[in-house]
Amino acid sequence: MQSIASEPVAMQPIEERLELVRFKVDKTPHIRVNTAACQGCDLTPCVYVCPAGLFEILGGEMHFSYEHCLECGTCYVACERKAIEWDYPRGGWGVSFRAS
Amino acid sequence: MHAQQQFDVIVVGAGPAGSSAALRLARAGLRVALIERGEYPGAKNVSGAVFYAPGLLAELLPSFWEDAPFERYITRRVLTFLGKDAALSLDFRTRHFATPPYNGVTLLRPKFDRWLASKAVEAGALLITSTVVDDLLYEGERVIGVQCRREAGALYAPVVIAADGANSFLAKKAGLQREFSPEEMSLGVKEVLRLSARTIEERFNLTGDEGMASEYVGEATGPVKGGAFLYTNRETLSLGIIVQIASLARQRVKPYELLDRFKQHPSVAPLVRDGVTLEYSAHMIPEGGWQLVPRLVRSGLLVAGDAAALVFATGIFLEGMNFAVASGLAAAETVLEAHQKGDFSATGLAGYQKRLEQSFVLQDLRRFRLTPAFVNNERLQNLYPELFCEAAEQVFRSEGKPRKKLGPTILTTLRRKVSLWTLLRDGWQAGRALFF
Repeated sequence: MQSIASEPVAMQPIEERLELVRFKVDKTPHIRVNTAACQGCDLTPCVYVCPAGLFEILGGEMHFSYEHCLECGTCYVACERKAIEWDYPRGGWGVSFRAS
Repeated sequence: MHAQQQFDVIVVGAGPAGSSAALRLARAGLRVALIERGEYPGAKNVSGAVFYAPGLLAELLPSFWEDAPFERYITRRVLTFLGKDAALSLDFRTRHFATPPYNGVTLLRPKFDRWLASKAVEAGALLITSTVVDDLLYEGERVIGVQCRREAGALYAPVVIAADGANSFLAKKAGLQREFSPEEMSLGVKEVLRLSARTIEERFNLTGDEGMASEYVGEATGPVKGGAFLYTNRETLSLGIIVQIASLARQRVKPYELLDRFKQHPSVAPLVRDGVTLEYSAHMIPEGGWQLVPRLVRSGLLVAGDAAALVFATGIFLEGMNFAVASGLAAAETVLEAHQKGDFSATGLAGYQKRLEQSFVLQDLRRFRLTPAFVNNERLQNLYPELFCEAAEQVFRSEGKPRKKLGPTILTTLRRKVSLWTLLRDGWQAGRALFF
C-alpha cells in the first residue's frame, strides 16, 4: 500500500486567481487611502484581509491599487484608522462575477 | 418632475430580497423601479451558494423549480471537524429532501439573480442596471426617492426598499445602521471548480440531480476564526472559506492562502482533484446576528436582506438567501398596505417589523442570538476539532492491547488539553446556543 505523506502547501499567486475574474476598470479609483494616516500603523490589517491582495507596504509606504478590487468592503471595515474611503465603482464598472 | 421619474416604489438592489419585493409589488400593479449597480443582476453578488427553503418562492412562482436555474437539490449534509491529519464528520442523507419544492438547492448567483429579476420584469417592474444609488432624497424627515449616480439621476417614490447588500450604504446614510466592527463581519472567498457531472456524482455518492452541502470547522481555516464549505453544483464545485475579519487581521493570514491550505488538506484534496478553477470571488457577510440587525424602518424607507444583516450564521445553519426573500416579500406586503392607506410614515410601515417578528426571519435570529459568540469560541475554533479527531482516533485505534471502555478513552484524550470544568462550561455554552 502506498502511504500518504502531508505535502507542503503550494500557494497560488493571487494574480493568477484574479486573471479568471472579469473587470471593467474605470479611470477614476473608487478607493481612496489617506496614506498619511497609515504612517506608523504596524497592524496593517488591509494588507492581510484584502482578498485581492491590493494593499502593500513598500519601503515603509502604503501602496494600493483599485483595478482588481472584488468590491467586498473588508478593507474599510478592518482599518482601525479609518484611512480608507470606499465607494462603489460607477454603475456597470468594476467586477462582474460570471460563474460564482 | 417628469412622469417617468415618478414611481410607486423604488427598490435598490436586484438580489434575492430586492427582486422578490419588486416581483410581488409589480404583480399587484404598482409602478416599480428596480435599480441594480451591476451590469446585470448577480454581477456583484456572491453566496456559497445554498438556497434553503426555496419553497418561499412558490407563493409568487408556482412550480418555480421547473424553471429556476438551480444546480442540484441537497439530499446530503455533512459537518466536519477538521484536524491537521484527520477529520471527523457527521454525514446525513435523506430521500425526504428530494422532492419539490426541496429543502435546499445549490445555485450560482449570476444565473439565479438574473432569473429572479427577469420574473419581476415580466410582472412589469422596470429594471435599471449599471446604476449606483448614491443617496436617498428627503423631504423633511421623509424619504421621497433616490439619487442615482448619473445625469438627472433623481428618481421619486413615496417609499424606497433598500436591498443594497452587505455594505448597505443606504441603511447607514438613513441613520438606521451603524458602522460595522470587524468582529461582527465576515469575509467569504470562494472558487468555482469545473468537474464533469459524472465525476461529481461518483465522488460524492450522488444520483442524478442530488447534491451535497458540506461544511468544515477547525483546521479548515488554520488559526483564523471561521469555517469552510464545499457544495456541489451540476458541473462545478463551489469551495470556499468564511472568516471573521477581526481574526483574519489579528492572525495576519491572507484569505486566499487559507483557501489554498483548505484545498490541499489531505481530506479535501481528493474531493477537488482535477477540478479546473473557473472563477475566484469574494464578498462580505454580516454574521453578527441579532445584535447587528438595524432599525428596519423609517418614514418612506424599509431595509431588507443583507442590508438589514438578516443572515443566519450559526455554525450548523448557514442561511441568507431565504432570509432575503422572506424579508423582501414582507417589505412588499407592507408597502402594499401603506399604498392602500396612503400612509408611508414610520407608523404606516411599522407592519414590516411585525411581519418579520411573526416569521422565521426575526424569530430564528432572536432564538439563536447566542450562537455568534459560541461559533467564535476560541476552543471551538482551534482546539476541539483537533481534539475530537484525536478522541476518535483513540476509539478506532487497534494495537493488540486491552481497551478501556469508550467513556474513559474519550475523556482521557479530551482532558489532556482541557479541564473538565472548561469542557462543562463550553458544553453549556453550546447547549444554550443551539440546543435549549
